[in-house]
Amino acid sequence: MLFAALALLAAAAGAWAQVTIVSTQMRPVEEAERMRKQVLSALPGGATFLPEDGNTVLTRMRAELTAVRGQVDVLIALDGELAPIHQEGGLQDLDDLVQRLAATRRFSPSALALGRMGGERQRFIPLMTNTFQMVANRQALRYLPPGADLNALTYPQLLAWARAVHQATGERKLGFPAGPKGLWWRFFQASFYPSHTGGVVRSFRSPEAEAAWAQLRELWQHVNPRSTSYAFMEEPLKTGEVWIAFDHTARMLPALQARPDDFVAFPAPSGAFGRGFMPVMVGLAIPRNAPDRAAAERAIDLLTQPATQAQLLALFGFFPVVETDLSSLPPGVRIAAAGMTATLNAPDGIASRLPVQLGRKNGEFNKIYVDTFTRIVLRGQDIRRVLEQESRWLDDLLADARVPCWAPDAPSGNQPCRVR
Amino acid sequence: MNHPRLPYLLVAPSVVFLLLLFVWPLAETALLAFRTEGGEFTAKYLERMVGDLNFGIALRNTLALVLVVVPLQVMLALGMALMLQRLERGRMVFLSIWTIPLGVSDLAAGLAWLAIFTDRGYFNSALMSLGLVDGPVGWLTYQNPVALFVCVVIAEIWRATAIVLVILLAGVQAIPKEYHEAAAVFGANPWQRFRRVTLPLLRPSLQSALILRTVLAFEVFAVVYALAGRDFPVLVGEAYSWQGAYQNSHVAAAYALLILGLSIAATLVILRALRVNRAALA
Repeated sequence: MLFAALALLAAAAGAWAQVTIVSTQMRPVEEAERMRKQVLSALPGGATFLPEDGNTVLTRMRAELTAVRGQVDVLIALDGELAPIHQEGGLQDLDDLVQRLAATRRFSPSALALGRMGGERQRFIPLMTNTFQMVANRQALRYLPPGADLNALTYPQLLAWARAVHQATGERKLGFPAGPKGLWWRFFQASFYPSHTGGVVRSFRSPEAEAAWAQLRELWQHVNPRSTSYAFMEEPLKTGEVWIAFDHTARMLPALQARPDDFVAFPAPSGAFGRGFMPVMVGLAIPRNAPDRAAAERAIDLLTQPATQAQLLALFGFFPVVETDLSSLPPGVRIAAAGMTATLNAPDGIASRLPVQLGRKNGEFNKIYVDTFTRIVLRGQDIRRVLEQESRWLDDLLADARVPCWAPDAPSGNQPCRVR
Repeated sequence: MNHPRLPYLLVAPSVVFLLLLFVWPLAETALLAFRTEGGEFTAKYLERMVGDLNFGIALRNTLALVLVVVPLQVMLALGMALMLQRLERGRMVFLSIWTIPLGVSDLAAGLAWLAIFTDRGYFNSALMSLGLVDGPVGWLTYQNPVALFVCVVIAEIWRATAIVLVILLAGVQAIPKEYHEAAAVFGANPWQRFRRVTLPLLRPSLQSALILRTVLAFEVFAVVYALAGRDFPVLVGEAYSWQGAYQNSHVAAAYALLILGLSIAATLVILRALRVNRAALA
């Protein structure tokens, strides 16, 4: 009671001001409550945690940035959602803060690099991350082609591996979430296109892309045909219907947690241009006209402490961006974390950004990749003709949305991204 | 009271109503399908629709449904109407039971049939308890397109035969008994009376029932959506996806216009095939 009264007095005096956090993440009611009660309650002045969707945040920030003094101390958002705010000069420089924080924790260098948003200065401090990766049943490991290293697998090796499993077991045991509720398009945007062509949009119908599609047709001979109805790969992994799978970490985690001794996690394979991966990076930023930078810094300090990072993983399924002792976590989570670390730190990695700036055009954008797959691989249509036609629609869509290129495609300045 | 302008005044509200709520949105839809956000006219949305992966399948599925469901429903409803006509007692009881589906919403009907045909549904349970199958059969998967089609047809027939029945029953009841008696006097057997008397006199009702049912069949959506999700593309379902999932109102509008065009064409064909000589009727 006494402490609470003191805290109230102190807060009133402005010593421990309350920090206002606007977040595009942890939006479901239960998640927001957990964030307030279990994580942010450790802040001395308390926090106002406001979950809002990405578009609302962008609109709000545009309005607030025109004011002398804003209302928001800390922004929690995907890096792609922070990018347009940064483009308008709305984010503070956090170089000094990140240096101070680095004294007591070790950030992942690749995550910190993303926080510089293509410039010299730290614009956001990474908070947590997630990604797509692969999981294999240990029974499949003995069919790995000789000399193959799981953490440095290539597409030709994946083909040889899936073929060997197929020949040995008589079953097609490579699996993809290609069903109506699966995140199938992410396979193309995160791994297939970046690895084989170095881009996602510009190289859509390049000769490299044509060759890659031909290879995917070959690979599909060893892919479980029920893949076109899979949604979350945890199910077929658990039943043993699939031994090797690609999906979002959260969608395979239940299998790893149920039978941690049976599975390994590792990065998706590499192609001629490197190892494509899609880091889902959530960052912490301070708006240019934030009312209380000291309070904001305290909140960022708390959220990036190793103990809080482990808590975020347990509460929300997002993985740490600072070195964290995960030994107390369940073994299944540790397997997923190991695969994620290998993915994020692969020496030949090519980060492919989430196409968040497409906004409402996202569904149509994703449809183009899935349709291209369906036409080429499932319906056996001519590769060049399909790529020609779908690339026209891709151009139309990007021109309508007026979206410039994003990584891994080379920047296009203010011009809409176009297929080469 | 007999002011010459009065009739025009009286129809004016409904004309305004139609212009505002029908013609205007229709014109907007047409513009949406052929004009870009910048205001240029273009055929690219039409091309996008026709070139799309699901277009051919959706068109084929919709036409197949219309061609199978509508004739079956008309035959069934005709049979039911004639049976009701012959009933001495309890006619209202049968009629009420047969028209229950009229009061059930499309989606609810679809969900009811989903509970029957789904993997762990009543149909599979029945088959399993009879020992006809070992495990659940996937009737509603894209891997089993014929079964999927049959399930949709059954659900549609259950759901929408009643509307045809109601129209045809009214038509059958409006045929004076004297015609049948006269035909019987001249020695016509029941089949001849049906062919030569009932059917020709039922033509206006058949026409209305066919037009109504065909137009509604082109708009089939909720039942299909509940039973098959996106495994059984139909035209309205595609329009819905383009509007909702892909957020492209232009292509959705192109689909809407196509459905409108098909409905108008079907209506014209039916009107022509079942020409009614109004003078002869009077």
